[in-house]
Amino acid sequence: MTAAPPPGAQHSQLRPALPLLLPAYLWLTLAIFLPLSAMVFFSFMTDLPLADRSWAMTLGNYAAFFETDLYGRLLLRSLRLGLEVTLYCVLIGFPCAYVLAKVLKGRSREAIFLLVILPFWSNGLVRIFSWAIFLRGGGVIDSALNAVLPFEVSVDLMYSYPAVIIGLVHSYLPYMVLTCYLTLQAIDDSLIEAARSLGASRLTVLRRLIVPLAMPGLIAGAVLIFVPVVGSFMEPRILGGRSGTFYGTVIEDQFVAVFNWPLGAALSFILLAVVLAVLALAAPVLRRQT
Amino acid sequence: MRLFPRFLNGAGQLYVGLVLAFLYLPIFIMVLMSFNASPFYQLPIDWSAGWYTALAGNSQLIAATWNSVTIALTTTAIATLLGTAASLALYRYRFRGKKLLQALLFPPIAIPWLITGTAMLIFFFAVGIGRGLHAILLGHVALALPYVIVVVSARLQTFAPELEEAARSLGASQWQVTRRVTLPWIAPGVIAGALFAFAVSFDQFVVSYFLSTPGQTTLPVEIYAAIRKGFTPEINAVSTIIIVLSMTLMLLTARYFRFGGEK
Repeated sequence: MTAAPPPGAQHSQLRPALPLLLPAYLWLTLAIFLPLSAMVFFSFMTDLPLADRSWAMTLGNYAAFFETDLYGRLLLRSLRLGLEVTLYCVLIGFPCAYVLAKVLKGRSREAIFLLVILPFWSNGLVRIFSWAIFLRGGGVIDSALNAVLPFEVSVDLMYSYPAVIIGLVHSYLPYMVLTCYLTLQAIDDSLIEAARSLGASRLTVLRRLIVPLAMPGLIAGAVLIFVPVVGSFMEPRILGGRSGTFYGTVIEDQFVAVFNWPLGAALSFILLAVVLAVLALAAPVLRRQT
Repeated sequence: MRLFPRFLNGAGQLYVGLVLAFLYLPIFIMVLMSFNASPFYQLPIDWSAGWYTALAGNSQLIAATWNSVTIALTTTAIATLLGTAASLALYRYRFRGKKLLQALLFPPIAIPWLITGTAMLIFFFAVGIGRGLHAILLGHVALALPYVIVVVSARLQTFAPELEEAARSLGASQWQVTRRVTLPWIAPGVIAGALFAFAVSFDQFVVSYFLSTPGQTTLPVEIYAAIRKGFTPEINAVSTIIIVLSMTLMLLTARYFRFGGEK
């Protein structure tokens, strides 16, 4: 057979590869790449190009974003939500990953690591719904507190900004623990010992050695969390109620309630541009360190 | 020598315990409430399996569940087959543009599903594919394919190409080499890829949501509609069943692959 490549062979082996590649990449083209291109095209239209409607090319959908400050404000609000959720995930997840990677040993480490990432494999919608039960007024927190405390309190976090934060942190925390754990586990303990025996304080070791070495994990986790949170709409809808209007929920509205698809496409495309900018910023850090 | 003194180890373990409580408490409460007869989640719990029997009579939810299972299994079969074939081609042959093809796998993973989902809705509508279960299947396979290719390719990296050459020099045909040498070696990767594909499809809400029509929905879409209409405790029951099923599946996978264990 000639299929085995002699070292340094320059001729292309595209022909035998094509039948294996085509089905997968045609499918991706039909269901991902063409739709994304179509979305860009539609975002410049006045209306859907259906048989009975007239349409024209326009910049109006993008003008709408810049003319009314509503969309810009909501985009900022979603970006802030993304930053806050990411920050909380770092603050909660990094120490947890550290304990898993460097303190716990053997079977107990394996078991607890599994327990941390297990919820991540259950349906996201179901987890958000479980918070809805947990947080609602007259719900579980409320009853539990009133059973313990001598005075009446009323805790009703449901339909508030904190509720959205709590639900999202719960949904995305396992990502941060997972990515940080993988990088922390790769740090050689003897490096830490060497730094300590040379007189570095614990804080210095943490600041100058562990955090820099764990940076790829932190950045990867941050990107995996920030990007979907900025585009989230289901979590704010269920947990946020009236205070749950974000950029993602406005896009959802354009497609399922208002039926202004061209505007929805323009808003989606602006979000895509923001997401790509974030990925481009993170890429060098990830590439340099891995 | 450890970075922190020994007495802090206990604090660290306590901390991980608190994180676990945060992760599991709401889920635990939901499971408890699915056995509570009170539709307003009142305490103390009045034990009853009533919501489960109510669920058995809810034909809409049951139909949506079957749609979810069917679509997830079909997605798994198609995505695993096409994805494994593409991984083999990317591993075995050299050609121009291979780097580009590999890079093209990341946008579907990295772009938020809200954008992918709305883009599919627009495009499928424009070219006449429309909405419904077929559109959902089309979308799910595309979402699952990159995961399968990445996972199977990772496994192929550990494969020694000399094995294929040895089989060829002993007279095996390309198909025999693939079936008898390569596939058995990458089988764990293919199984992991298949599990990813199933999870991506079965848990998928966003893309299904934009592509579903009233009669043709999947379970997550149906649950979302029910939550927005108002809390119905039957959703607790069905959510409990889903959580138990997906966690069991994951535990079995973990036992098989030893995720998180030593390298």
